Amino acid sequence: MREAMATLARLQARSKAVGQQYYFRNSVVDVFRKKENDAAVKIQSWFRGCRVRAYIRHLHRAAIIVQKWWRSYSSRQHYQLVVKLAYYTMKMNLYNEMAVRIQRRWRGYKIRKYCFDYFYLKEYLRAVTETNDAIRDALEEFAEMKEREEKKAALEREEKKRDYQARKMHYLLSTKQIPGIYNSPFRKDPDPWELRLQKAKPLTHQRPRVKQKHSISLTSWLACTSNRSFPRSEILPPINRKQCQGPFRDIAEVLEQRYKPLEPTLREAEPINELKEAREDLRRQEWIRNVNDNMFLPFSSYHKNEKYVPSMHSSSKYGPNSYGCQRFRDENPKKWICPKDFQTVLPSFDLFSKYGKLYSKAGQIV
Amino acid sequence: MSLLRPLLLDVVPTIQQTAALALGRLANYNDDLAEAVVKGDILPQLVYSLAEQNRFYKKAAAFVLRAVGKHSPQLAQAIVDCGALDTLVICLEDFDPGVKEAAAWALGYIARHNAELSQAVVDAGAVPLLVLCIQEPEVALKRIAASALSDISKHSPELAQTVVDAGAIAHLAQMILNPDAKLKRQILSALSQIAKHSVDLAEMVVEAEIFPVVLTCLKDKDEYVKKNASTLIREIAKHTPELSQLIVNAGGAAAVIDCIGSCKGNIRLPGIMMLGYVAAHSENLAMAVIISKGVPQLSLCLSEEPEDHIKAAAAWALGQIGRHTPEHARAVAVTNTLPVLLSLYMSTESSEDLQVKSKKAIKSILQKCTYLPALEPFLYDAPPNILKHVVGQFSKVLPHDSKARRLFVTSGGLKKVQEIKAEPGSLLQEYINSINNCYPEEIVRYYSPGYSETLLQRVDSYQPLAN
Repeated sequence: MREAMATLARLQARSKAVGQQYYFRNSVVDVFRKKENDAAVKIQSWFRGCRVRAYIRHLHRAAIIVQKWWRSYSSRQHYQLVVKLAYYTMKMNLYNEMAVRIQRRWRGYKIRKYCFDYFYLKEYLRAVTETNDAIRDALEEFAEMKEREEKKAALEREEKKRDYQARKMHYLLSTKQIPGIYNSPFRKDPDPWELRLQKAKPLTHQRPRVKQKHSISLTSWLACTSNRSFPRSEILPPINRKQCQGPFRDIAEVLEQRYKPLEPTLREAEPINELKEAREDLRRQEWIRNVNDNMFLPFSSYHKNEKYVPSMHSSSKYGPNSYGCQRFRDENPKKWICPKDFQTVLPSFDLFSKYGKLYSKAGQIV
Repeated sequence: MSLLRPLLLDVVPTIQQTAALALGRLANYNDDLAEAVVKGDILPQLVYSLAEQNRFYKKAAAFVLRAVGKHSPQLAQAIVDCGALDTLVICLEDFDPGVKEAAAWALGYIARHNAELSQAVVDAGAVPLLVLCIQEPEVALKRIAASALSDISKHSPELAQTVVDAGAIAHLAQMILNPDAKLKRQILSALSQIAKHSVDLAEMVVEAEIFPVVLTCLKDKDEYVKKNASTLIREIAKHTPELSQLIVNAGGAAAVIDCIGSCKGNIRLPGIMMLGYVAAHSENLAMAVIISKGVPQLSLCLSEEPEDHIKAAAAWALGQIGRHTPEHARAVAVTNTLPVLLSLYMSTESSEDLQVKSKKAIKSILQKCTYLPALEPFLYDAPPNILKHVVGQFSKVLPHDSKARRLFVTSGGLKKVQEIKAEPGSLLQEYINSINNCYPEEIVRYYSPGYSETLLQRVDSYQPLAN
């Protein structure tokens, strides 16, 4: 038992220390506990993280593989399209290029041959120069010819004048006794005028020209009251004439018959529009005579202020009767197409058979 | 007048004729007297007795009508109003050529004034009878009938068509060969009045085969025959390029150019205009005019004619020739006409029309001209608006031609260009810049104005290296 009590005492003595030790060891452990806990946490978290990261990596790899395959597939599709397009574009460019070459050749050819042929133009201009020269020569010739003709005509006129002069001066010709003016003895050769005078025929006296009788035209048969109206022979027949042998009438009778004045019938004597002509005649006479053409009104008409009273027949309210006004040869100028009367047509000439057919109608459809 | 009036109705025919002749001479002298004749109410009497009297009276009465009708349109209208046209047309059918001549003359003078009177003459049926008169053997009658047809057809295309429908062209064309100068004048005038209205009428005139016979008329001694012939050719050439081509093919261009060379003054004017019209249609025709030696002749006209309107026509014609391509412009520039045109444009004595035309001609020729020796004088004395075009042409030609560049420098052109003051940003400045770009910078600086001062300033500011 003492041992137990000793131990108890010892233990009780140590119990404070145990408490302290206990506290001390716990706290020491506590100090480490946090650290250890932290370390353990860190280790665990690290491990967990590694695990998760490995998992994620695995997932990533898988996703990458899937995506890789998918992208390669879709790009290949796209690439095929691009290639197709590029091929197509290349082909079209080639065709365009070739077409441009053809068109270039063709356009050059067309312009040069049809639209603006340079060589044709040169040819044309050369032809124009040639024509011009030809025309200039021809016109020169023509002008020269005209000159020559005119000179010739002038010379001829001169010649004629001199000839006429020589004929007029014929009396100045030299005779054997008297040398003429132009044949002076001191000259070696006679003057050319002398020769001309020798050749010229002297002028004869002018015969009196026969006077022409001008005929008087007759306005009307009835107006020929003068003795000069009728054509007469100049020489009257002789008084005593031998009767011609044969069954001829007496000459006096014949002449009387021949020169009997006209006796027209009454129908002839009075023309059909005699009244109108007489009126015209009167008007003309008055026109000659009168100084003033205005009508001279009598004074009595100044008092006449009465208005005209029309007759019953023409003043009815139903208007004038058309019978006799509008049916017998009535003229209604308002209904005429044009104000002019019909005109007589000229006798047809050959001229109008060619109307409109003589010249070409350029530009119109035939 | 009141004394002569009763004498017109005298019994003795000689007195009537003499009275009519006296009236005619009075009316002929003065238009107041002609009005007095109309007011004295003499015309109806004349017209009435014209139908019945003998040929001397008819001649005298037609002379009175002509004398009255020639002064003014109102008097001619008075003649038409008293119904004279029908009687005159009846006189045209008379046998005596003197009567026909007098009647045709009167009708011609009436129709001359305006289109309504011409229409009245045509409505009276005068045209077929006039065409018949042209075929008569008497030369005087032919002349008067041709002049009457010319007066009728000059007013409007319809009247010309009426004359053509009566078959006038064939007869007129035949008579071009007649030697009488006055007749030729009238014939050519009639044909040109017909041809001027429209293309169809011109083609009809050409189809009557007047070329190349008309060209002989250009060599006639009579000045007016030449003038009328060149008028006819001008009226035909102005309508279409085909007609101009026809004329050029027949050698008409050369003939007209010779004709221009042999005349002076107003006679030349239709010929000059004809060349202008031909050249205006197309560049091939302009080239044809150039090779027919037209340009030296035109420039001669331009410099030696005193009248402004002829100069204006020559300037216009040169502009039409030179405006097509550089070859054409060169052909014009080589003859040294551009300075003449410039001086006409600048001189204050030229009329406005001349200035406008010469300016247009210069502009159109300059825009195509690449012949630099002709352009250089322009650098010195041209006004700014023309200078712009000249410098523009230089800027187009110089970049491509090295010889021209050298020539430009040695002749002093580059120096002149540097001296031109232009607003920056304007077209002129752009041209000057493009010219300067053709040359190395030292040369440009060398020729720029004031270079000697800058050099001297550099000398002043230079410090020699101290040894």
